[in-house]
Amino acid sequence: MLSKVAERIFWAARYLERVESTARMLSIYDTLLFDLPKQINFGWYNLIVINSLEQDFNERYSVQDERNVVKFLVGDDTNPSSIVTSLKAIRENIRTTRDVIPADTWELVNELSQYVEGNIQQGINRRDRHEFLGNIISACQQIIGLWQVNMARDSAWEMLKLGQNLERADMTTRNLDAATAAIMQIEDDDFAVNSEQIIWGNVLRSLSADQPYRRAMRSSVKGWLVCTFLLSDARFPRSVGFCLDRMIEAAKSLPRSEKIIADIRALHKTVTERDDDSPPGADMRDALNELQISLQYLHFTLSRTWFLSDQEPLAVAQ
Amino acid sequence: MSINWKQYELQEGFYDELISSPGNPRIPARQLASYLSSLTEDEIQSRKLAAESTIKDMGVSFTVYSEGENIDRAWPFDIVPRIISAQQWEKTAAGLRQRLKALNMFIDDLYHEQRIIKDGVIPEFVLKQSKNYRPECEGVNPRFGVWAHICGTDLVRDGDGQFYVLEDNLRVPSGVSYMLENRSIMKRVLPEVFEKVSIAPVGDYPEALFNMLASLSPRQSASPVVAVLTPGIFNSAYFEHAFLAQRMGAELVEGSDLVVGKDDCVYMKTISGLERVDVIYRRIDDMFLDPEVFQPDSVLGVPGLMRAWRKGKVALANAPGAGVADDKVVYAYVPDIIRYYLSEEPLIPNVETYLCYDDEQREYVLDNLDKLVVKPANESGGYGMLVGPHSTKKEREHFAELITANPRNYIAQPTLALSTAPTLVGRSKVEPRHLDLRPFILQGESSYVTTGGLTRVAMKKGSLVVNSSQGGGSKDTWIVDTSARKS
Repeated sequence: MLSKVAERIFWAARYLERVESTARMLSIYDTLLFDLPKQINFGWYNLIVINSLEQDFNERYSVQDERNVVKFLVGDDTNPSSIVTSLKAIRENIRTTRDVIPADTWELVNELSQYVEGNIQQGINRRDRHEFLGNIISACQQIIGLWQVNMARDSAWEMLKLGQNLERADMTTRNLDAATAAIMQIEDDDFAVNSEQIIWGNVLRSLSADQPYRRAMRSSVKGWLVCTFLLSDARFPRSVGFCLDRMIEAAKSLPRSEKIIADIRALHKTVTERDDDSPPGADMRDALNELQISLQYLHFTLSRTWFLSDQEPLAVAQ
Repeated sequence: MSINWKQYELQEGFYDELISSPGNPRIPARQLASYLSSLTEDEIQSRKLAAESTIKDMGVSFTVYSEGENIDRAWPFDIVPRIISAQQWEKTAAGLRQRLKALNMFIDDLYHEQRIIKDGVIPEFVLKQSKNYRPECEGVNPRFGVWAHICGTDLVRDGDGQFYVLEDNLRVPSGVSYMLENRSIMKRVLPEVFEKVSIAPVGDYPEALFNMLASLSPRQSASPVVAVLTPGIFNSAYFEHAFLAQRMGAELVEGSDLVVGKDDCVYMKTISGLERVDVIYRRIDDMFLDPEVFQPDSVLGVPGLMRAWRKGKVALANAPGAGVADDKVVYAYVPDIIRYYLSEEPLIPNVETYLCYDDEQREYVLDNLDKLVVKPANESGGYGMLVGPHSTKKEREHFAELITANPRNYIAQPTLALSTAPTLVGRSKVEPRHLDLRPFILQGESSYVTTGGLTRVAMKKGSLVVNSSQGGGSKDTWIVDTSARKS
């Protein structure tokens, strides 16, 4: 497979994952805000913080309210991670890799882009937002389903898996980080325990992890257990450990992958062997921060191994 | 109101593809015509919308350079197909094969002995002054002696209903993907007609193209590596390049994905390292192919590609230099070329052509600019043309100067009474619009012609310019076998 094609597929998968998780995060966020006691200073702007978009957002908007946050995350083409921008990137990447991705992907992606562009107002108005975001999530799942069912398990498939799982792992760490930051803001008063439950419960729902958590942990929602589950569970598809594990599997089928496999394994070990049952706080945030840096570094290694077209030395394969 | 064929306003002096006289469809078009007139205005409208949304979903698009950032534009499509009878098509296809076969013998001769010039059939200066003759190609022996493997010939019908060849596109003809997409759109839009009428399928083109390309491979391996070389996403035909690569299971590459090794073989950069490429279907012009030989500042091409091709390490389709036969002065000689190499009479006639380098013919052209179409010898895409009857005095004066300054570079043809076909206008009215036809012909060891081709239609009333770059649209083209009626 061409290096350039590999890179485009990788990015298409990353962006698709980003669209879906952004839509899901937005679609349940109001429930969280409705449930939290009004005293807690925890608002829509937190979504901007989760995605490290403070600078981009503040250059554009002065008011950090619901309308602006939603507008920025859904329909703003100056936001490099908005749903609209991500869809554009998916489209460009799919358009230039149509020779290796199932043909129907192109039509589905076009439909989705057109739907989003034609109905953005629905996403911004509260009334119709659920339906709008729900449709986006379904469309993403339809595309992923199409790949799952129709794609040959060749290099293109492995590249998709790498992109998807790297993005997932990254998104999970962001959700955990945001929750920990929020918990640290809560003052130790009568509402504290209840609020913690609401916040961690929201993290689980926003990663579709609610049910799997309860079945795996057989416990009520506790901060350190949620962290353990989302970092190291071996079966839940959005836990960081699981994502890293899938990346190892994908890399195994790709050429020249020895170094990258060793790197992912080392990270996997750090994440899954973490042993900490104290309530998540500043230490947790440091650990998550380091994890995010490691994921970024993984991306660089990946890119050096397979994507750069001036890779040296080039072995001749027959 | 539904369509009433009696109210269809045939234009006098023009052949209509579907309707022979008011209210009377031609035989192959009868079922379509009666089906269309059975639809209500709303039903027609909903079919039109269905076609438009299908096009959007398929992302069928081409670039118009002047649109700046917007690189997509939906390809205008008309839901009334153009219909040709199977018998007539069979004869036309034979003529197209004959023509390409002779042209390939001609190109091969030009890059070797040049017998045709020595024998005085074509004057030497035609070749000497041709912009597309490449001395770098002299003495090269492409497989099967074929240089132009893919040809998109433009056919037009004049008032008499006869097909004429308007031009041979032997460099990088485009449009075949639209032919294929138009058919898939029509199957979704008018499935009821497909059930009843015996319409020849068009879908085997990618297969035929792949087999032809694979047969050119210099390595005798069971699965040669075939790549489509595109200038990239900003090229007007990028959609097609991606489409064909996908349908053939070939790699879609840009110049930067390829390198020529010390062994003169061409390699592509893959996740496993370098992999050898056997056949390149190149969709970039000669001049950009190899900066070592042609334009040194070209970033679209691959340094060393000509070296690899000359040494027979890679096959290029079409071969560099094939465009020499794509010169409108050479065009005028094609009937002689066919007689010279094949000892046969041409099956499809040329449009009458005046060569401006000839003093007598030039004089006629200059005296009759208001009646003629003047074309530069080496341009394509409808650029740099003068359509006499639609021109201003100033434009004619400008062309008179151009012709006098460089007579070799201009030809002129009578303004053709380009045939028409019913085209949907507004909600449910059909009006005649002018059209042409571009079939695609492949030649390797044997040859292949598409069933029908791409029908391009001038969407503007009275306009004769069908090029997509000049605002034309397209229609599906049906080759209908009336002897094999479906029950």
